[in-house]
Amino acid sequence: MTAPGSPPEPVADVLIVGAGVVGTAIARTLARYDLDCVIADAGNDVGTGTTKANTAILHTGFDAVPGSLESRLVRRGAELLRDYAQQAGIPLERTGALLVAWSADQHAEFAGIEDKARHNGYLAIRYVPAAELYAREPHLAPGALGALEIPDESIICPWTTPLAYATEAVRAGVRLRLRTRVLGVTAADGWHEVSTNSGSMRCRWLVNAAGLESDRIDAMLGGGGFTIAPRRGELIVFDKLARPLVGAILLPVPTPQTKGVLVAPTVYGNVLLGPTAQDVFDRGDTATTGTGLSSLLAAGRKIMPDLVREEVTATYAGLRAATEHRDYQIRVDSSRRYACVGGIRSTGLTASLGIAEYVADQLAEAGLELRERDGRRPKPPVLPYIGQAGRRPYQDGARIAADPAYGDIVCHCERVSRGEIRDALASPLPPADLDGLRRRTRATNGRCQGFFCAARVASLMGAPGGARADRDARVLA
Amino acid sequence: MNVDVLVAGAGPAGLAAAIELRKLGVADVVVVDREHQAGGIPRHCAHSGYGIRDLHRLMTGPAYAQHYRGAASAAGVTLRTGTTLTGWPATGCELATDAGAAPARQAGTITATLTSPAGVENVHAGAVLLATGCRERPRAARLVPGSRPAGVMTTGELQQRVYLHGQRLAGRAVIVGAEHVSFSAMLTLLHAGAEVTALVTDQPWHQSFAAFRLAARLRWRVPVWTGTAVAGIAGRDGVSAVLLRDDRDGSVRSVPCELVVFTGDWIPDHELARLAGAALDPGTRGPAVDTTLSTSVPGMFAAGNLIHAAETADVAALSGRHAAAHVAAYLAGQAAPAGQVALAGQAAPAGQAGGRCVPVPVMVAGPLRWISPNAISPVSPQPPGGRFVLRSAAFAGRARLQVRQDGRLLTSAHARLVPGRSIRLDGRWARHVDPAGGAVQVAVL
Repeated sequence: MTAPGSPPEPVADVLIVGAGVVGTAIARTLARYDLDCVIADAGNDVGTGTTKANTAILHTGFDAVPGSLESRLVRRGAELLRDYAQQAGIPLERTGALLVAWSADQHAEFAGIEDKARHNGYLAIRYVPAAELYAREPHLAPGALGALEIPDESIICPWTTPLAYATEAVRAGVRLRLRTRVLGVTAADGWHEVSTNSGSMRCRWLVNAAGLESDRIDAMLGGGGFTIAPRRGELIVFDKLARPLVGAILLPVPTPQTKGVLVAPTVYGNVLLGPTAQDVFDRGDTATTGTGLSSLLAAGRKIMPDLVREEVTATYAGLRAATEHRDYQIRVDSSRRYACVGGIRSTGLTASLGIAEYVADQLAEAGLELRERDGRRPKPPVLPYIGQAGRRPYQDGARIAADPAYGDIVCHCERVSRGEIRDALASPLPPADLDGLRRRTRATNGRCQGFFCAARVASLMGAPGGARADRDARVLA
Repeated sequence: MNVDVLVAGAGPAGLAAAIELRKLGVADVVVVDREHQAGGIPRHCAHSGYGIRDLHRLMTGPAYAQHYRGAASAAGVTLRTGTTLTGWPATGCELATDAGAAPARQAGTITATLTSPAGVENVHAGAVLLATGCRERPRAARLVPGSRPAGVMTTGELQQRVYLHGQRLAGRAVIVGAEHVSFSAMLTLLHAGAEVTALVTDQPWHQSFAAFRLAARLRWRVPVWTGTAVAGIAGRDGVSAVLLRDDRDGSVRSVPCELVVFTGDWIPDHELARLAGAALDPGTRGPAVDTTLSTSVPGMFAAGNLIHAAETADVAALSGRHAAAHVAAYLAGQAAPAGQVALAGQAAPAGQAGGRCVPVPVMVAGPLRWISPNAISPVSPQPPGGRFVLRSAAFAGRARLQVRQDGRLLTSAHARLVPGRSIRLDGRWARHVDPAGGAVQVAVL
């Protein structure tokens, strides 16, 4: 980091702007090559923008626009991420999805949807008659006429995914700079001079993966091909006691305006209801609204009345980085040594590794030399497992015998042990605050929202060696 | 491990029950609690007012908790803190659907899985008493919209931060609620160094004692804003303001503050009851219990604020003591058919062949929200402490409660109805309930 006035730092080969799921995936993919790579983000953690708040679904891309780049990268990304998740300990469950028709009009659209799926290379889609649908989803509201089953739609942890990518990248030598907001980019002789809120940086190549800010970064590099029009989605998370009500992801038949409100299990054992779709002007406006939440409850009552009778554990809102275009905005400009990876809408989590692979290929084609490091091909890290389907530390007698801290449950609703909190605080990418700890361990995310444990969690975080230590120094060390 | 009785929760109800079980001669009574210290919620309630009905003296919460810890040890109760009852392994998974699945019954026992720093183990208990208490609904469960900044908490979290972890809290606080616990939150905030802007309630009046309301206004200059609902929370990293809607004219104003404390709006911690497959009472949201405090799962009992969220600690303790007598009777007469509770030495009522008797449900009509216990056991119709407890959703200065079965008036009584406040109904009428009759109805005239 260079303070104004001090000697300029050496020129990095690649600067990735944005440490969301797309930026960290690119960093992880470039980390295997002999490059000096930096990833910068304005937030205090990886994945604090659009990445952290979405429906957490690993899509098949059955409903993408056929022939689009999105369709191709979603398919490729899903294939890569399925494999990566298994290696890195990212919670993933193949629940399948059922796209339910509630009216004759919706039912009539099934043929078109099946056709589209086949054009997208997805052949496993099949029709499920009403009797079979109710046998599988007995809590579904009456009146469904039938469904399309998409057996490979899955649910995934949106927090562990970018954390795994970033951990792998940092271990391989990528420098992570958090709390670093890019303010301007000027062209210099063979490099970009990038000014930030914490000094200037130099890079030969710049990759714009800035999500909601990607159009602004693009404008700094003379782009201007697209404008981000954030679309807010509000969601309600229901209590774990509601989980047995739902088997598969329950999708509505989409309209030209919106994909509609879905009901989906989460890998943490809860049930999601949402999202709404509302265009907003403020790119930081992730507030829920009274009308949004009540419209979700009304929609939920029509899909599954039993669900709405359960307790609500959390509500949240996320923003989609929508643009005026129907496809991703990915372009590599060799003359400016610039890659724009913008307009990655709600499918970014699924497509992330596909996007990264594609961007790396495009960069190589544009002249960035990609030479594999000698014999040090990075391996995926193994992250602490925070899903509900597999075995958690509190259930693991052998693990507790080896380290009793895993038997000391701190967060009772989510059953997070002191050992897991300790591990997160001592990890290569420790959390900067309680939200960061939540995303790494689930602590305080449960039904009591901290009534029983927040005070102790706060004490553990404030303890010496905890998150208040200078984490940037440790990450860069 | 095999035990006679496994008690889940070492709060007032669980400890009082365990002590009583030992007094009744039950040999092996184990109380597990997930917290590191037994005593439950009173541990972090620094104010006085504890112990009146059960111990016939006045003490602070921490002193009360300490008393029960000492008494439990002296009575020979095995206390296992830092130990979580995570589920009932026989249900196949920890998350059972709410119907059908029942815990394992190995030769008349219930099996529970425990996690602690000592490891994971299964315990086989002759009977189980659930005394898992209750919690306040947090902001999210109340669907309060807005951003999600730090500085929003419940009274439970506030008290633990201040009294168990010695944290200081600076800034202006708005308290959501105006019942007893809300005034307790006010005292905790003032003690921790915060400034209290107001207590707000969407009800037309506060719901606590006039003395509390008066002291808040005169001594601490804290107003109570009635008819005021929380319409949202603003702030990026920390709270910057709370949006308040005046229910009289619909206007919304922004009140700057750094802390928002959500108080009251209790919900029983019913997870273990539901995982065990126990039927829930739709009113209390705790397990349905008859006057013996037996749940729908044979051998599983429930007491304390799990079945009436929330009563004062002494009422919870008396409920635990009451349950203990019936748990002991259940153990003594375990040959009795599943689902039935027969007091030892007590003959089954005439017409109830072989001791078979089905509890008679008790239902409430609006504005009453619930009654606890919510069924009358024909063999032992007396509720804990001789009284039923009820809640109302609306105010009424002098309401007339009528209890009827199949049109027959069992009793009528006057009561003052205040939302969130305990209403106690003398339970002597329960003796006159016809075990073969229909549900008992409690209505407000």
